[in-house]
Amino acid sequence: MSAFPSSQRAPGFVRRFVALLRKETRQLLRDKSNLAVGLLLPVALILLFGYGLSFDVKNAPIAVVMEDRSPAAREVVEGLRGTEYLAPVFASDMAEAERLMRAHEVDGIVRVPTDFSRRLNTGDARIQLLLNGVDSTSATVIEAYVTGAVGIWAQHRADRAGNKASVGGSVEVMQRVWFNEAGESRWYLVPGLVVLVLTLIGAFLSSMLIAREWERGTLESLFVTPVRPLEIVLSKLVPYLVIGGIDLAMCLVAARFLFRVPIQGSLAVIVTASMLYLTVSLLLGLFISAVTRNQFDASQLAMLASYMPATMLSGFVFDLRNVPAVIRVVAQALPATHFMGLVKTLFLAGNNWPMILRDCGILALYALALVFATRARLQKTLE
Amino acid sequence: MSESVPIVVAEGITKTFDAPGGGRLTAVDDVSLSVRAGELTALVGPDGAGKTTLLRMMAGLLKPDTGRLYVLGVDLAKEAQSVQDRIGYMPQRFGLYDDLSVRENLDLYADLHGVPEDARRTRFARLLEMTELARFVDRSAGKLSGGMKQKLGLACTLVRLPDLLLLDEPSVGVDPLSRRELWKIVRQLVDAETLSVIVSTAYMDEAERCAQVFVMNEGKMLAEGVPKAMAEAARGLTFVAQPPPGATARELQARLIDADALIVDAVPSGGAVRFIRQPEADERAVDALLDGIRRQARPEELEDAFMMLLRRHRGDDGAAPPRVALRTPAGGVGEQAVIVVRDLVRKFGDFTAVAGASFEVARGEVFGLLGPNGAGKTTTFRMLCGLLPATSGHLEVAGLNLRTARARARGKIGYVAQKFALYGNLTVRENLEFFGGAYGLRGKVLRERVSAAIEAFGLEAAAVSGILPLGYKQRLAMAAGLLHEPEILFLDEPTSGIDPLARRAFWRTITALAASGVTIVVTTHFMEEAEYCDRIAILDAGRMLALGTPREVKERAGDADGDMNGAFIAIVEHGRVRSGNVLEAAA
Repeated sequence: MSAFPSSQRAPGFVRRFVALLRKETRQLLRDKSNLAVGLLLPVALILLFGYGLSFDVKNAPIAVVMEDRSPAAREVVEGLRGTEYLAPVFASDMAEAERLMRAHEVDGIVRVPTDFSRRLNTGDARIQLLLNGVDSTSATVIEAYVTGAVGIWAQHRADRAGNKASVGGSVEVMQRVWFNEAGESRWYLVPGLVVLVLTLIGAFLSSMLIAREWERGTLESLFVTPVRPLEIVLSKLVPYLVIGGIDLAMCLVAARFLFRVPIQGSLAVIVTASMLYLTVSLLLGLFISAVTRNQFDASQLAMLASYMPATMLSGFVFDLRNVPAVIRVVAQALPATHFMGLVKTLFLAGNNWPMILRDCGILALYALALVFATRARLQKTLE
Repeated sequence: MSESVPIVVAEGITKTFDAPGGGRLTAVDDVSLSVRAGELTALVGPDGAGKTTLLRMMAGLLKPDTGRLYVLGVDLAKEAQSVQDRIGYMPQRFGLYDDLSVRENLDLYADLHGVPEDARRTRFARLLEMTELARFVDRSAGKLSGGMKQKLGLACTLVRLPDLLLLDEPSVGVDPLSRRELWKIVRQLVDAETLSVIVSTAYMDEAERCAQVFVMNEGKMLAEGVPKAMAEAARGLTFVAQPPPGATARELQARLIDADALIVDAVPSGGAVRFIRQPEADERAVDALLDGIRRQARPEELEDAFMMLLRRHRGDDGAAPPRVALRTPAGGVGEQAVIVVRDLVRKFGDFTAVAGASFEVARGEVFGLLGPNGAGKTTTFRMLCGLLPATSGHLEVAGLNLRTARARARGKIGYVAQKFALYGNLTVRENLEFFGGAYGLRGKVLRERVSAAIEAFGLEAAAVSGILPLGYKQRLAMAAGLLHEPEILFLDEPTSGIDPLARRAFWRTITALAASGVTIVVTTHFMEEAEYCDRIAILDAGRMLALGTPREVKERAGDADGDMNGAFIAIVEHGRVRSGNVLEAAA
């Protein structure tokens, strides 16, 4: 039918997109609580993770039980005292040491058995180390310190033996941690922080955007205009990319100058990969928002599906090689896992091009899939 | 554009949704219609009739399950976007961005529709002048009053001249003043720009102004036609009767509406009762019912025809008013004042919500609080119920000072909130038992009262409360508020959102309660409902502008025989002019 010729021509993509972008930016700037979450919360997280949180253990109390009082035995124990990480206290016997352990007054027991010096000469000297496994992270760290201290003692002993033909049985333990020679947890926490902050913006901010328009009924009138769903999605993405970019810059500045974390990889690659991950994170938020159509549900779901897994399953805290296969599969499905591995490597090890290309490729695929999924969920219908 | 080609054509469209209680709900049921271009067309029907669903389908926001729908000659199933490029649509919630200013909202929609800069300047100037929003261009939309928001919402759909304008209940929840202004704008546009408009409404006086009317109920199209021709269905059946001396219009109305075999509908109006006789009813039987009261024929109106259609379509399925026979609370009907309010003031920061209200309500009286949005009705109401402390003034309810004995006073009042405040996932009986328990009833007394309430209000004990129809929920809420046999019942906008038949049933219950000695205080924005009240107070901007019987208030407005809407508008406008003068004098 030609009875109703169109009386106007719909404007093009650019004009509509700019109009929507202007609207989103104004809304963002006028919502003080949104800005606080977007800019102040990351600052709080940076300070918390940088200063407040550390897996390093200092002055850990350990009980020392000397069942062998030979000079060699005393020398080993002296080695434990020479470090700021351990604070040995002497216990008269195992019974007392165990009491201290049960009372949580010490985190571990070092027992030098009666036959220590005798076996040292035959080359199979042993020291028993008992650890409180309640806090397995600390236990592992203490184990490393003790092993390290004993190793150093053994090395010294070997050195002193000097040019004399080395006496069989001097144990040599070489402890060395690659990429984080000091073993400082801050070094791997701070790169992880970048992941958390960028995930946070998606989980807390962009997950609200479409749901809010559903709740307030504004989408209903927006739909009955020449606007296309893709334009709505993109216009909501861009302002938050800027906010995320500012957060990223803050993270990098803090990492470099506040916490003195080395940045081995190229800055350009780090920024590119981070912006790519930010896009994925924001789009995931938008997708959740478009699916739930409700701000409360959206924030809950975003916490569960985006933020929590990014903290727990991305390899931020727990090594993914030690988790059950099912969890590993889940973890591998998370964009955060791929970015976590990449950003840690970029910070501490440097540019590893095959890895950069693989992980960035995966993130780009996620971004593309989410754009289309969100667009599909935002069809101009109220059903 | 040819006038003879319909702008909207629907052929047997049906739309169903998942019902809240399980199963499917048919929102629009096999509807066919044809809307002419260049005219103002009304879609009328009670809440739940399917008006919004039908409009949303026309806007391409919902797809019909079956049937075909053409808008502007385009098949919506194929090219919804090309229709959305060309029409204007105002949803019930206006679709404004609260955090953007008036100008920014207009600019957004103008950009989206590609209105060029020069055209925009003249168009905006005209829209702002029509809507009287020119002074507020920089104010954020969230800070506008309800009426202004609605006008801005309309302006946003008119940033360019749409080929078709769809308005979904533009006047719902808006006071008479704003309603009148909105219709003036729509009228101007239809006349000056030959705009095609489809508007849904529950107000018959609005439908009467349209060229074509479609009547819907429960998803079905009941009738269509020109308002004048439709009204003729009620010709010869419409009358008005004066109550006998000593009786109120409300009591006569109750007697008439109870006789549903003879009477289609009856409403109090200006101290008399307007009613419609059943077409097949015997004249002598009607006269016998009137028992010597003279009836006078009156001209038929669209509303009469509408009520007849509704009554016929509804049949006898449960809209019959509940028969309330509750025990009379302590003390009988009398002149003794149970509510005394003197110089009541409530401030929120430096904003004065209520500025010195004074009135008294006698026992057994039905007292109405009327006012536009933001007038201070709800604030006054909350102070009377003891939910909000007064800033200053004297407040006495059931003989108790609300400043010193608020808890005891609360035990003597019942309160029915505007929103359904009962638990949706409990049954009717569980809800009543809970609220009875909350008022300190227990054991045998509680069980008896709950059973009595279920019977008196015609409720079903085992029904799950959350999925009941609105009118039913509202009866349940009233039953809960009356369990502890309060002396005074407060009802906040009890009839908003329920259909005309349920509203009649509601007022029938109020009449019965008042007759049993319960004092009723009620707020409403349906002006015609003021006629059920013994006395009303009109509030605007926190001040009381008028107080008295409905007739006295109309006399003050200068037209004792006019309708309440007109009286209300006149009083509020007069009040605003006067306060404006005071401000100017002070400046």
